[in-house]
Amino acid sequence: MLQVSIYRYNPEVDSAPYMQDFSVDTEGKDLMVLDVLEMIKDGQDASVTYRRSCREGVCGSDGLSINGKNGLACITALSDTVKGNKLVVRPLPGLPVIRDLVVDMSLFYAQYEKIQPYLQNNTPAPAIERLQTPEDREKLDGLYECILCACCSTSCPSFWWNPDRFIGPAGLLQAYRFLADSRDTATDERLAGLDDPFSVFRCHGIQNCVNVCPKGLNPTKAIGHIRTMLLNRAT
Amino acid sequence: MVVQVTSFSRSGLSDWLIQRVAGVILLAYFALIGYVMINGVSYASWQALHAHSAMRIFTLLAALSFAAHAWIGLWAVFTDYLTERMLGPRGNRLRRFCQIASVLTLLSYLLWVVQIIWG
Ligand code: SF4
Ligand code: SF4
Ligand code: FES
Repeated sequence: MLQVSIYRYNPEVDSAPYMQDFSVDTEGKDLMVLDVLEMIKDGQDASVTYRRSCREGVCGSDGLSINGKNGLACITALSDTVKGNKLVVRPLPGLPVIRDLVVDMSLFYAQYEKIQPYLQNNTPAPAIERLQTPEDREKLDGLYECILCACCSTSCPSFWWNPDRFIGPAGLLQAYRFLADSRDTATDERLAGLDDPFSVFRCHGIQNCVNVCPKGLNPTKAIGHIRTMLLNRAT
Repeated sequence: MVVQVTSFSRSGLSDWLIQRVAGVILLAYFALIGYVMINGVSYASWQALHAHSAMRIFTLLAALSFAAHAWIGLWAVFTDYLTERMLGPRGNRLRRFCQIASVLTLLSYLLWVVQIIWG
């Protein structure tokens, strides 16, 4: 029997959060963490609350703190995370808890909105579409794949302390995604908005973000590129 | 863009660049001091070394670097931990007090260094 400990908090009835223990019979199968949560919700306590949708690492809704490390429950296998037969599941750290494993992502999305995550181009639109050479398209690899699961930003201490002012790894990865796009002409305005002491420069290169990204992306590297662009623009 | 009047240069980029350059200057200075000390110093040789104009300029440069490096670093620490988010409204007062106290301390050190090497 797998020992599972789940963070519970229902602000309507609980005065404080607590950990609830469950025993789950996995029949020796190497399940995903999400499967275990579903088994608990179906068979033991239907009030356990979490977000999920695609169950295959595409939608980004079930980012959780799993045995202390942020990841997507649906693609984290028990064999990857369980040691000593114990599974501890908590909500993503640093964001307000709405209920159980569900967090309020407003701060995270507000930072994403700040970087203007859409193409801006002030040249006349061509008849069909804006073309890009294969080389220019390649520059977006490792950037466009982000599913905004927030695993990275909520593992970043700088984001914990200043979630309202530091854009965080997820937002900065996307900021660079548009800075690097050959079809975007707002590069200078974008860079001008990032030059303050918080937006980019609160990154101290701790690399927690790289360590947890379930898509294997590297926000720290993208942040380094932004810094270089800022430096080249200003010196 | 977040504007900060108490950060060293008000620009994240130039704070960052100044801190890196200051770090390199400090490293070079202490490497030199370490090298001199390992090879043995007497009062006379130490005084002769610091009587050189080049050495005085280097010392002053290192002191300026120290002050800038420390200001930028401490400012980042204060704005991480001594905030309204972490401590409530008294976080704001505490942060301002620590910022002003550390800037005054650093400036005093700086003037003291000037007095020692040129006094
Ligand atoms: S960079 Fe990775 S961890 Fe961060 S939000 Fe995107 S997919 Fe999730
Ligand atoms: S490298 Fe930067 S963005 Fe990534 S976790 Fe560290 S401080 Fe945060
Ligand atoms: S449920 Fe969609 S990413 Fe896990």
